[in-house]
Amino acid sequence: MAITLSGDHAIPSRPLSARLTTPQVWGVLLLAPYLLVFLAFVVYPVGYGLWLARHPASYVALYHDPIFARAAVNTLIFLLVGINVKMAIALFLSGFFAQQRSWIKWLSVLFILPWAVPSIPTILSVRFMLNPEWGVINQLIFKFTAEDGPNWLNDPTVALGMAIGVHIWKSLPFWTLILLTGRLAISHDLYEAAEVDGASWSQKFRYITWPSMQTLYVTCTLLSMIWTLGDFNSVYLLTGGGPADLTHVLATLGIRYLRLDQLSLAMASIVCALPFVLPLVYFMMKRLSR
Amino acid sequence: MKLPSLREIGNEAKLLLIGIPVLIWTLVPIYHMFLFAISPKEDAFSGKLWPAHPTLNNFKIVFYQEHYFLRDFWIQFFNSVVIALSAGALTLVIATAAAFSISRLRVPGGRWVMNLALFTYFIPAAFLAVPMYRTMGNYGLLNNHWSLILAMVTIASPYAIWVLKQASDKLPVELDEAATMDGATTLQLFRLVYVPLMMPSLVAIGTYAILLAWNEYLYAFLLLSKDTEITLPVALGNFLAADDSPWELLMTTGFIYALPPAAIYYAFKRYMVGGLTAGAVKS
Repeated sequence: MAITLSGDHAIPSRPLSARLTTPQVWGVLLLAPYLLVFLAFVVYPVGYGLWLARHPASYVALYHDPIFARAAVNTLIFLLVGINVKMAIALFLSGFFAQQRSWIKWLSVLFILPWAVPSIPTILSVRFMLNPEWGVINQLIFKFTAEDGPNWLNDPTVALGMAIGVHIWKSLPFWTLILLTGRLAISHDLYEAAEVDGASWSQKFRYITWPSMQTLYVTCTLLSMIWTLGDFNSVYLLTGGGPADLTHVLATLGIRYLRLDQLSLAMASIVCALPFVLPLVYFMMKRLSR
Repeated sequence: MKLPSLREIGNEAKLLLIGIPVLIWTLVPIYHMFLFAISPKEDAFSGKLWPAHPTLNNFKIVFYQEHYFLRDFWIQFFNSVVIALSAGALTLVIATAAAFSISRLRVPGGRWVMNLALFTYFIPAAFLAVPMYRTMGNYGLLNNHWSLILAMVTIASPYAIWVLKQASDKLPVELDEAATMDGATTLQLFRLVYVPLMMPSLVAIGTYAILLAWNEYLYAFLLLSKDTEITLPVALGNFLAADDSPWELLMTTGFIYALPPAAIYYAFKRYMVGGLTAGAVKS
């Protein structure tokens, strides 16, 4: 490699083709397919989208649209509650799955199922469980209390809560697995030494587990924030944004505007999310490109 | 044999107290789907936890397309297969070439391309969907399978390139040097040294891209609309549009649709866990 690279930068005045060595010509050729995909399906759409969102009038319209304000609040709730609950449970369960038991091994195989199966059928399954008349939950409530259960998806707060629940159900296994990897990397000697010194369960967590996992935990939380922002399925397939468009989040709102043929509003609503997304993206890139 | 002490029993009980709720939480939506799939229509709505007369009739209805909603089941299944496999193959080719170029040939500007790709990976796909929809319209690709295949390649390849680059950075440089000394051309190096050594990561990435494309709902329903062009998840979503949807058939179709990715996941779990989750978050 060192020999082939020596021609680089040597004679900058000659045309590019002459400066490149054969492997580098191949390098450019092999990189070209991805660059083409990137130009045609990332650069062009993003540029075109930003161009569509250039009118200040779109932002004024968004500002006056109560559905947009509601979606922004919903997104914040979705992120704050969804991510913190999910990551806290994942951290707890990673400790559970770190236990050496054969039945826990088997349980972990089943536990990954929500992540392994596509989200559409399972979300629709939950949606039907919550059906006020025929859903299994209200049928059971009726059987035991002889009273009608609540109309789950007709109350915006409950419906949003259910969407958050579906989101947690789907992504919990993935984050538990990641945190489990982090936990298993901690040296067992540390715990044995703590055991000898008579450390309690909470002391072991506080002085051994947490210090070695906090970087991973923060990274996971930030990455999860980006992905949760883009979670379209959990809301769209469970509530469809309803009742009365009160459970939209930013990911579904763009599609709603698109379906109403208000393309500039769709793009403007996405542009409004960028000030929150871009710092996260920058931070994650710094972490991963090291 | 030593009897377990009181403390050990207590520990085991505590673990069970966590394990049982976890098991129930995990399985309820999937079991509910399965229950509907094996229930005749009358039983499905009775709210029982096991049907009085379990049957495979729903599967027969789906497989023989004996319902209005299912008249294009096989062609939609086939569409899903074709799109997932094409997106997987194309992602694999593009990402392997790019990772080889960036990591092994150290092409000028490679690091820059890697960063651009990572940037794309972190932009939520739902945000890119609206401009992507318009772009595909401008290219005249709407309602064409290529639109979904190319969109999936766009979304899958950044992560694919990143994982493959991480893996190939670990291969010793001496390998390439030795092969070059022996007179190997760059293409021979790629074909005979690089690809065989990278096989586990390639399997992981191929599986990742196939599952991503098979599971995709949002892009599929934006980009494809004709009944004979759509993929299975879009067909499932269309069930919702009607008031009198046959839910037991919807759940049966969903169950059939969910089986291949679950099977693939468990079959390739070895590769998936090593190749993907470890790379997903580097602390």
